[in-house]
Amino acid sequence: MKQLIAEIIWELRAKWTEKVIIMNGNLLFRGKERLDIIVCVKHVPETAEAEIKIDATGKAIEKTGLVFDINEWDDYALEEAVRIKEKLGGTVTAVTVGSKDADSTLRKCLARGADKAIRLTDAKFEGSDSFAIAKILCSVIKGLSSDLILTGALAGDDGYTMVGPILAEMLEITHATMVKKIELGNSVVKVNRELEGGLEEIVEVKLPAVLTVQTGINEPRYVSILGIRKAMKKEIKTLSLADIDLSENDVGEAGSWVKIEKMFVPPVEKQAEFIKGTPEEIATKIAEIIKSRGLI
Amino acid sequence: MTEIFVLAEHRQGQIRDITFEMLTKGRELAEKTNSDLTAVLLGKEVKDQAKTLSEYAKKVLPVEDAKLENFNSEAYQKVLSSIINKHKPLLTMIGHTSFGVDLAPSLATTLKLPLATDCIDLEFEGEVLFITRQMYGGKVNVKATAHKAEGYIVTIRQAAFEAQKPAVNGEIIEEPSPITEEITKKRFVEYVLPPPGGVDITAADVLVGVGRGIKDESNMPGMEELANSLGAVLACSRPIVDKGWLSNDRQVGSSGKTVKPKAYIALGISGAFQHVLGMKNSDLIIAVNKDANAPIFSFSDYGVVEDLFKIVPPLKSKIYELKGRKA
Repeated sequence: MKQLIAEIIWELRAKWTEKVIIMNGNLLFRGKERLDIIVCVKHVPETAEAEIKIDATGKAIEKTGLVFDINEWDDYALEEAVRIKEKLGGTVTAVTVGSKDADSTLRKCLARGADKAIRLTDAKFEGSDSFAIAKILCSVIKGLSSDLILTGALAGDDGYTMVGPILAEMLEITHATMVKKIELGNSVVKVNRELEGGLEEIVEVKLPAVLTVQTGINEPRYVSILGIRKAMKKEIKTLSLADIDLSENDVGEAGSWVKIEKMFVPPVEKQAEFIKGTPEEIATKIAEIIKSRGLI
Repeated sequence: MTEIFVLAEHRQGQIRDITFEMLTKGRELAEKTNSDLTAVLLGKEVKDQAKTLSEYAKKVLPVEDAKLENFNSEAYQKVLSSIINKHKPLLTMIGHTSFGVDLAPSLATTLKLPLATDCIDLEFEGEVLFITRQMYGGKVNVKATAHKAEGYIVTIRQAAFEAQKPAVNGEIIEEPSPITEEITKKRFVEYVLPPPGGVDITAADVLVGVGRGIKDESNMPGMEELANSLGAVLACSRPIVDKGWLSNDRQVGSSGKTVKPKAYIALGISGAFQHVLGMKNSDLIIAVNKDANAPIFSFSDYGVVEDLFKIVPPLKSKIYELKGRKA
């Protein structure tokens, strides 16, 4: 009973504070006719299939020769944003922190269906960890209209897994991470969060909210050539440190929680014996190993 | 005396392994920094769990509140920020799990304490906190320092430390719940169990695990044929499920199943820790990957640095050949 009352209060409060109006069967988000979605993306090197080397500084990898693209998790977040917009109407704005190279990731977002793109760029942002990046993103997002902010659950390069919820806390809104399904209501969003071992939990989160998206939530579309051509004409707005309300000490290494001291090759847990030879010889050896275990 | 906090993670009444792993590492750090090891336990009725934890930590701080029945980062954050402000622990350890990543970043932000996530090792050198973590899907490690502060928060990777049971008889000190208002922004609805699958990969003697290196869905039948030749079951890493090429009951790893077959043949799997966590205890691991530096080789018995598509066809013939002889 107590639980039920708490739930009713929760519902009423959500409805009351959001002044939700439903007219003609159309959802009016938080009293507005359209939903403004922001997607935070990152331009990262593709390393899953690439051989990587530690560079001369000993604190980063050698970037030359690597292909850069939108962070895989962000790609799903962007797709989800565009799908929501297509279904319910609204706008999608892609935001990134990065150098000029990151424009190719923003162009991809525009070609996919984002309406606007913003790139925050400054030499002073170098060395920023996810905390500093979240501050930079917050400085611009707080001036934009947003009902929903989507980003990847993590970035394939640094794997910090924290930009989304930090950003939410700074914007004084709530968040849900590792999201595998999004169902929008008029003042709340119902999400499935991925837990360990194949289990999920359903959580209801009040809008506006930051959701961090897990891979596999959808199937990101391919971009048509026409789409890319059209996107080339769209403007990418750039902002630097001077344009936002942060100081030098808030960004880069000085404004970060974590500072990389050295990078190294992980120690091996078990040294594999490498099988060499022609594919035929290798195949024979593998088959023999399996047979020696009584498995053939 | 300073304290080292470990946030106990539990779900549906069960304390999760990560808790004991963190308590083991936490105890080592507590000894080195001359601190007390304290387990913090949030829940609705957690007397039994508190008792268990008292066998691992010097102090256990249970906080009971009906609003803490299920994990909810909003409620957890309210309680933890209050307790951390009161006790000012040197370090708070939280699991790098679905619960932990939903909680730690916003908690650290509100407390203005630095957070280092997904740590695989930690040490204090003087007053400086050094952390070890991985980047680029486990292809490199980094040693990093946390921005100097009066306290630190870290999230710890699952299975980074081996849990050990000490001889401790800790004290249980109940903390009153600081939650005075309703939790209004976030509400737990229910757990969703994975749909019952047709295949139980945990029961197979031999698994052929496929990953991103498969490149295209049209290559999947070839892998299925190899598995069939061995009487094996096809399993996979996350990208294959994300792409919809196999159903999620075939997924090996932290968000899928943990397997321990007699043989695991990893094809085109780079070996991100999420996958490795689910298969590294297999009796025999043979990995084929064209990247010589793929992390998977650090967990394998045998490695082949070669394009998997050059190996799979002759391997299939060899297996049939051996079977023919046997028959």
